[in-house]
Amino acid sequence: MTLQTVLLVAAALFSVGLYGAISQQVVVMVMMGLELMLNGVVLAAVGFWWFLSPAPEGQVLVLVVITAMTVEMAMGFAVATLLHRSRNADMTDMAADLSR
Amino acid sequence: MTVVDVVQVSAAWAPLGAALLLVMAAAAAALDGAVAARAEGRPWQQGLGTPWAETARLLRQRRRTTVAADRLLWRIAVAGLLVTALLKVLVIPLGGWTLADLSVGLVWFNAMDVVVWALVWLAGWGPNSAHSLVGGYRFLGQALSYELPLMFALTAPAVAAASLRPADIVAAQSELWFVVWMPVAFGVFVAAVLGFSFWGPLGTPAGTDIAGGVLAETSGIDRWLVLAGRWALLTAGAAFGVTLFLGGGAGPLLPGWLWVLAKTGLLLAALVLLRRRVPALRPDRIAATAWLVVLPLVLLQVLVVSVVVLGRG
Amino acid sequence: MTGDIVFWVLAALAVAAGVAVFSVNSMARATYALAISFVAVGLTLLLFDLQFLGVITVLMMVMEMAIMAIYMIMFMGMNPALMPMSMKHGKGAAMTIAVGTFLVLAAGALFVPWPARRGTPAPDLTVALGEAIMESKMLVMMTVSPVLFATIVAALVLAAPSGRYDRLGDDLRRRSAPARQPEGADR
Repeated sequence: MTLQTVLLVAAALFSVGLYGAISQQVVVMVMMGLELMLNGVVLAAVGFWWFLSPAPEGQVLVLVVITAMTVEMAMGFAVATLLHRSRNADMTDMAADLSR
Repeated sequence: MTVVDVVQVSAAWAPLGAALLLVMAAAAAALDGAVAARAEGRPWQQGLGTPWAETARLLRQRRRTTVAADRLLWRIAVAGLLVTALLKVLVIPLGGWTLADLSVGLVWFNAMDVVVWALVWLAGWGPNSAHSLVGGYRFLGQALSYELPLMFALTAPAVAAASLRPADIVAAQSELWFVVWMPVAFGVFVAAVLGFSFWGPLGTPAGTDIAGGVLAETSGIDRWLVLAGRWALLTAGAAFGVTLFLGGGAGPLLPGWLWVLAKTGLLLAALVLLRRRVPALRPDRIAATAWLVVLPLVLLQVLVVSVVVLGRG
Repeated sequence: MTGDIVFWVLAALAVAAGVAVFSVNSMARATYALAISFVAVGLTLLLFDLQFLGVITVLMMVMEMAIMAIYMIMFMGMNPALMPMSMKHGKGAAMTIAVGTFLVLAAGALFVPWPARRGTPAPDLTVALGEAIMESKMLVMMTVSPVLFATIVAALVLAAPSGRYDRLGDDLRRRSAPARQPEGADR
């Protein structure tokens, strides 16, 4: 268990999540991809903290990432619910006109 | 009263802990059977054998299968409830011993009762049956109501003991049990125990109005595991309540471990007797009360505790 | 040594469960595969003595995934155990980007000359974390709490039934507004 191995695992998690976030069509599945990416970020942050500078403050970063996940989930679900209710859409492609 | 230092015993004792949990769960089930028999007008002694008769019946029963069941997830859910209950009691100090002296034992307990969310919902999803799935959804609905008050109810003893370690929380009660000055937190905790064991007034996820809900399609050993898991969760909840609010092993004359068991037994018996006194509560109806009444009350409780702790210096 | 074995088992579990999220064709299985991935990472944190953060990660993520499963079923409204499906677009491009990202990150992890470790971890990391967020890093937590509060409000505004967007449509131009359902403790 070295910094390199931890970062490799984190990179693998991040990339799998990235694949999901780009390729999935359903909004909730896209969110699962984003969550998986953040999972990799948590692992990488802890790896950096432990192997480079285990100062007490470093753990706060992980709390912030967990908070970011929570916010992402809450807003994602809210938007998905709204999209579903107002136009019965659950696919990202169906909401493409919102970016215009 | 002396404060006993808690030592972590080797993992070889885990089967004993599991056996204790199951024995207490069986005793609670027997008491419930006795109460049920009395309510039906039969002599209460007849009901004492209910758990054993039910076990014998279920172990011989053939397994029912449903079309397009998600068997993997279903099996995980069915077996998981009992395992979760065992994982919960790991961190509870039994007098001077504990199986896992975790410095964040309180959070561990909370994490395990969130695992119950996943398991009960999966138990509802697995058999691909409408009634089961309704039961699973009901559980998540009531979980959303009880979980947040429970989290803050757990916070109160942790703040007072200035520790998340169950052993420290027990030690902090050597002078005064937390239940005395945290009655609201204790009440919320007990309600949440009923909630995560989906039992008694909060038992609608397995209610008879939806043909048994998450229990609807289970049979044989699966049904036994879910029922035993429920009783074990209730027991584990009572044991943790004793640790957090009722002074753990504190008490005169008897050794600490016996006091823990005795208090757990009493709390458990009270919960079992409560079942027939309180009507079933609909998950959608308790949500508003939980968020608008109970949550502010328990926050106020945490505030009172914090002020007292600061005042003591 | 034991730590190494546990780490590799958990790492393999986390990545395998992560891959399973996008390869199984059942919504419930995908969601709970992600939960397993998070639990594996949470338990990995315990190897770094981060007991509080590890357990809290397990707690948060199992809860999130239990809720996530509801949304999956709600929005996709079918049982993929009966109806296998593939809902993807731009699979090839996504794979290329993901593999490319992994290669860049992996190269960075392996070839950057990481500095030597500075300092030692505090004896009780949970206490250290508590002191950090209540002392030197208090500003972070003071920022996080209004952000979370704003999230709650915003999410409710967007998603609540008979809220502004539900009554007036997503461009806020609809004329009629249906009556609110009675809500609250006194209904």
